Amino acid sequence: MTAPLTAQAPAGPVVRIAGVNKTFSRGDQVVTKALEGIDLEVARGEFISLIGPSGCGKSTLLRIVGDLTSPSSGTVLVNGKPAERARLDRDYGMVFQSPVLFDWRTVEENVKLPLEILGQDAPTRTARAREMLELVELGDFLKHHPYQLSGGMQQRVAIARALAFQPSILLMDEPFGALDEMTRERMNSEVLRIWEQTGTTILFVTHSIPEAVFLSSRVVVMSARPGRITNVIDIDLPRPRNEDTRETRRYFELVTAVREALRAGGGSLDDAGTIDGGASLERTMAEGAVG
Amino acid sequence: MATAAATRGGRSAVRRDRPAAGRGRRALTWVLLFVAVLVVWEGLKFLGGTPWRAPGAVPGSGSPVLWNPPFRWPFVNDLNLPHVWNIGLAFLDPWQRGADRNVAQFLFDAALYTWKEAALGFLLGAGIGLVLATVFVHSRLLERALVPYVVASQTVPIIAIAPLITYAFGGSTAAVVVIATYLTFFPVTIAMIVGLRSFDPRALELTRSYAASRWDVYRKLRFPASLPYLFTALKIAATASIVGAIIGEGPGGISDGLGRVIITYNQYYITGPEKLWAAIIASGILGVAFFLLVRAAEVAVLRRRPGAAEG
Repeated sequence: MTAPLTAQAPAGPVVRIAGVNKTFSRGDQVVTKALEGIDLEVARGEFISLIGPSGCGKSTLLRIVGDLTSPSSGTVLVNGKPAERARLDRDYGMVFQSPVLFDWRTVEENVKLPLEILGQDAPTRTARAREMLELVELGDFLKHHPYQLSGGMQQRVAIARALAFQPSILLMDEPFGALDEMTRERMNSEVLRIWEQTGTTILFVTHSIPEAVFLSSRVVVMSARPGRITNVIDIDLPRPRNEDTRETRRYFELVTAVREALRAGGGSLDDAGTIDGGASLERTMAEGAVG
Repeated sequence: MATAAATRGGRSAVRRDRPAAGRGRRALTWVLLFVAVLVVWEGLKFLGGTPWRAPGAVPGSGSPVLWNPPFRWPFVNDLNLPHVWNIGLAFLDPWQRGADRNVAQFLFDAALYTWKEAALGFLLGAGIGLVLATVFVHSRLLERALVPYVVASQTVPIIAIAPLITYAFGGSTAAVVVIATYLTFFPVTIAMIVGLRSFDPRALELTRSYAASRWDVYRKLRFPASLPYLFTALKIAATASIVGAIIGEGPGGISDGLGRVIITYNQYYITGPEKLWAAIIASGILGVAFFLLVRAAEVAVLRRRPGAAEG
């Protein structure tokens, strides 16, 4: 991979979040304080994980950064621009928990989708889509349809699609949450390799402590009701990381540190009965509609 | 398609095959059902019909009685339910006294004529339905304001509206096309209001992240996602357009189509009920043929989607 995979962007933090609050209201009444006083800076090329119990607003925060919802107050700058401007400039690649592939398109055509919308010419689209599918090791499946692939392969197509137009930041909302543990670990290594090859900045929401530690340069620990950042833990595991990293003592120490930070924040990762602000509600509705 | 795909790369998890054996069984089922209908039909006549005479015998011509049924049930007498072989033979009769062409040729030409009117109405109606549905899914206000009128338009019997349209268009084939359109746009509108909203709502967040325009969302997401709905509606519209064209030909006085033929043979029913039955069969075959044409297009367009082989 010789050509740079991400567009060149100005220096300075990729994401600057300052004083962000988000409340969900019904009528005049504030129902949920999803986020309160969020400050966070993400430097170029960082891999940041947001972790916290259900209801801590981590998905909401990601969606605010991606301009899929707006904060009640506070500012979000992406590449020095307001989030909406960044979205219109196509600075984001998004990967959701479900791959959201179009059944009527082949794998290759799915990856071409954003390139068509960007108005790139056909040869560029084809070359780019194939390059991205090689990157996620699906070069042999160009002409397959999504329903012919396993869940992990579908999610890799979604990652290839998100990277296809060289976004300067990749937003991943529990991308491997629906996968089994073994597939998940393999996907972790995969996404790490892609991150190292592309140099893309990644903001990654997860429920999984091992996943956050294994992947990240920093883990942002959040607590629920109201959603706050309670701790930011530097992950100083050496790179390149591989499966052996998961068996080192430092890895276990960091997993423990994150777990204790979560516990100190009053969160329980098994606290599944709560609603993760509006985001999870919307997600649930969206998933219900598809089955 | 399925066999060709299966030989290419053995890796794919899912293959949708419809083996030839299954298709053969379907054809066999169809034939058996058809035979069963004929057997019931003639069985009833055997028990309670008019005394049986040789096929093609003119009533009252003195041809010998071959079988005298034990009962006399009016609804299965030769006037209400002619023998199937006499209906079959009616296709070979001259279409009217002294005519060169037989009923089969006559009906074929009439069916083709009616089909052209219906197909034109079908295309116009499908287009109008698609446009209306597209407007409605983008404007809740217009949807709420106008959909009741769309529904109301279909509750008025077409035989009440057909004469009005005929007056407006002066008894030309244009009137017939308009009536076919009138019956066609409705199923397409209603189905596409649902179809254009049937996409995965999460895909809207995806296209939002690409800053896609409404037009992009329409042509890349909404419309392709709606195609199964569109074809379901088009199959209904295909048969409805035939009905519309046949009905429209009556008041319009169009003499070349099935509608006129049905009216004519209706008037001569007492002397030759078989010909009306032949016209009814021709209308049925025309409707089925148009339906199958749309179905073939559906299979061709949707063959790569999961579950497309069904229906």
